[in-house]
Amino acid sequence: MNSILFLILAAIAVGCGINVVLQTHPISSALSLVGVMGALAVFYLQLGGEFIAAAQLIVYAGAVMVLFVFVIMLLGAGKERKTKPRIWVRWAGPPLLIFFVGAVAYVLETGLPPSAPVRFGGFDGGTVEAIGARLFTEYLLPFEVTSLLILIAIAGAIVLARKEID
Amino acid sequence: MPALPFPAETPLTWYLVLSAILFALGVAGFLFRRNIITVFISIELMLNAVNLSFVSFSYKLKQNDGHIFSFFVMVVAAAEAAVGLAIILTVFKNRQTLEIDEVSSLKD
Repeated sequence: MNSILFLILAAIAVGCGINVVLQTHPISSALSLVGVMGALAVFYLQLGGEFIAAAQLIVYAGAVMVLFVFVIMLLGAGKERKTKPRIWVRWAGPPLLIFFVGAVAYVLETGLPPSAPVRFGGFDGGTVEAIGARLFTEYLLPFEVTSLLILIAIAGAIVLARKEID
Repeated sequence: MPALPFPAETPLTWYLVLSAILFALGVAGFLFRRNIITVFISIELMLNAVNLSFVSFSYKLKQNDGHIFSFFVMVVAAAEAAVGLAIILTVFKNRQTLEIDEVSSLKD
């Protein structure tokens, strides 16, 4: 009963996603995003991504969202003031987005070669062992560049958050 | 057990369509919301949606490159969140506002 689990989780993910957009208070949006991330972690697990599922929960739902909630609390962000978006955004935005989703669904249904349905355990390349083996051989340079990126991000965050810019 | 109105096993396209829906929701939040932090949260939602696509195609192609890419996306998103939230802090310290419409010095 894979698809029932999928539909329940998809309902949670889409419901939380809609909540992210509709809530007027940033803290509600942030907590709804945690719901989306939790549902996505289960999807990754279904698709055989054990490492990615764990990283999703630890890095995203844990670290990044705590950072968000921390900043929201620190700034005491209140309810958003109701302002109308620009006229073309209001009228062209939703139809364009619905068209985008429809187009993607159409292309996927017609263009993608038919493949076997997703089965739990159908792909075992997402273990920590398999990912680590490729990450530290084939993808070693990007991995090292990433560490440099994080170092720069830390330095940038410290400089930005400390200094007053006139 | 009654027959279900949908297939019992999940087709891969469902994951990709879900990813598209989440991405569209992220774009909607980005366009319609006026709070800096919520706009930022919408960007994170879009990044998550793309990660789901990566992992789904990884399953289809039976290669774990997609997992490694989504790992890199997560790392970049974490760095982006750290810098972005520091920028938001600085904006708030200097302007006492979180409305994006009031932060438009570069536009004017």
